[in-house]
Amino acid sequence: MSSTKFILGCFEDPDQMMDGITKLQKNSIPIYDVYTPMPIHGIEAKLGVKESRLGYAAFCFGCLGATVVFSIVYYTLVHDWPMNIGGKPHFAMPDFVPFTFEWTILFTAFGMVATFFAATHLFPGRAPRVMDLRATDDRFVIAVDAKGNIPHDDITRLLEEAGAVEVKHNKRKYVSYDE
Amino acid sequence: MASHSESIIREPLITGKNITYAQITNEVLAPVENKPNMAWWIGFVLSVIGASIWLFSISWTFWYGIGEWGLNKTVGWAWDITGFVWWVGIGHAGTLISAVLLIFRQNWRNSINRSAEAMTIFAVICAATYIFGHMGRVWLAYWTLPLPNQFGSLWVNWNSALMMDVFAISTYFSVSLVFWYTGLLPDIASIRDRATGLRRRIYSIMSFGWTGSVKTWQRFETVSLILAGISTPLVLSVHTIVSFDFATSLEPGWHTTIFPPYFVAGAIFSGFAMVQTLLLIARKVLGLENYITMFHIESMNKIILLTGSVVGVAYITEFFIAWYSGVEYEQYAFINRSTGPYWWAYWSMMTCNVITPQLFWFKKIRINIPLSWILSIIVNIGMWFERFVIIVTSLHRDFLPSSWVMFYPTWTDVGIFVGSIGFFFVMFLLFLRVLPSVAMAEVKLLVKTSSEQAKKKLIDEGHLDPTHVDDYVKALEKYDSVDLTQYHKA
Repeated sequence: MSSTKFILGCFEDPDQMMDGITKLQKNSIPIYDVYTPMPIHGIEAKLGVKESRLGYAAFCFGCLGATVVFSIVYYTLVHDWPMNIGGKPHFAMPDFVPFTFEWTILFTAFGMVATFFAATHLFPGRAPRVMDLRATDDRFVIAVDAKGNIPHDDITRLLEEAGAVEVKHNKRKYVSYDE
Repeated sequence: MASHSESIIREPLITGKNITYAQITNEVLAPVENKPNMAWWIGFVLSVIGASIWLFSISWTFWYGIGEWGLNKTVGWAWDITGFVWWVGIGHAGTLISAVLLIFRQNWRNSINRSAEAMTIFAVICAATYIFGHMGRVWLAYWTLPLPNQFGSLWVNWNSALMMDVFAISTYFSVSLVFWYTGLLPDIASIRDRATGLRRRIYSIMSFGWTGSVKTWQRFETVSLILAGISTPLVLSVHTIVSFDFATSLEPGWHTTIFPPYFVAGAIFSGFAMVQTLLLIARKVLGLENYITMFHIESMNKIILLTGSVVGVAYITEFFIAWYSGVEYEQYAFINRSTGPYWWAYWSMMTCNVITPQLFWFKKIRINIPLSWILSIIVNIGMWFERFVIIVTSLHRDFLPSSWVMFYPTWTDVGIFVGSIGFFFVMFLLFLRVLPSVAMAEVKLLVKTSSEQAKKKLIDEGHLDPTHVDDYVKALEKYDSVDLTQYHKA
């Protein structure tokens, strides 16, 4: 039993990496994840990654923001301490518009980004789960879980055929950042 | 997929031969990973001197109160609000580039959005210092929050445009910051994975543990698009609300419905001028000519020309409507602006904002770097005068001629304004040293489609219409970063 935990196919060209994915999929080899220095369009569909639902979160946060600030303005200006300004109506809705608008945006932005960070486990101090240091620079990395996916040589060959410049057999999953 | 090729008649957004992904990382991170050069130090020392002047002047203001400014009982608002509106306006270009151009899929934004957004944030910080400066008693800043009576005031006055300003500016600043920082995460991760020791630790914390996995990128793109979608109306609302500060008053010269669009156009105008001022220097000093190309410079000059013309039409409309309204106070305000004691400010504004930007109709001037730089500075000066003219000329001649005065700034006014420019540059120069000034991940997206080398490859393959190729090669002539000999030998 080899001690390889992950097989990484490192490509220098995103199109060759996409070929690599196709080749692995044709051979029924499951792909653990793909790490790239830039977004690759069309990869989600290829890997069957479901569409992001962050848009729904954004919408809900926006509604919340609008409700919160409208309630505050209504409570202070109309309910708690109505002021008679030249006999004008207390519930002067046009004046509420800028506040409602701004907080809709504010809540949408912060709520959505917070949801993104929470769902993706991004926060300051999070230990990076990085498999190859060049995946944030110039390498497009396909990671295959070595366990159960044998023979490893076939995977290596498939990746190399697709144009991988390097295929790594890593003994540990993630790069250590504490040297 | 990344592999489709772009039409040859579109000009390239990245120039240079054999650009690789690694080369982009190396070139963009060079200023971050190496010791600063002499040019940076000179700029930094000058900016620190400026920032010190700001610190001294603003501290003086807080200690002795805003009576230290040149305000008098007729002109109760002058350089302070001028500086505030000027800075907020400058900020607008960053959001416009990052949000509006993203929605319109303008890929040329990719190499300039990062520094433009940074500029937005620093400009809004400078603007915010004016808000706090205005308060005089800055320790009571919390009175702008909706707090009940026990805190010594009634609830805040939600009918006031100044209150709307508090909400608009704080939302604008924080949303821009979130947008900018989210976009920075992949690039900070690039620095992290190349650094060692303490630097790696610091960038690791700053990178939030970014990995670049498929799901992360997918969510990242969703977030970017939605943030762009909400930032677009946000940026329009901000200067609209800033204009409410004036438009909702009954002051002749201020009480006009044209103000919101006119302010927004002016803001984009001055913002792009500031981006141009900064980037023309930065591309040279940081060696980014291949990423911030002549196409970018020319495009920005075209936007300056367009928005400058919009502003020009607004000035003329305003004048016409003053006459057409039949309101004599309004008419007087405008005649006084252009021919009264502040005629020099009015005509400086007209010259710098309406007349000189028209030079950009000439392509020769649009692609001339020194001239573009000078014209961008002139626009910045003109836009400062615009705010000064609107504010001071409307106030200084009151309804009572016995109150008529002139405004004379004190050294505190000058110190706060000049110093805020220094403060801005301190922040911007530090940004260039610690964070990538070009969004690497987004520029890498262009290598296989919109780069000169990708297009060269298409030409070499030879399946293109020769007239299109000729047009393309002709378009390349303006680039200062393209070696044309390789196209002509064939």
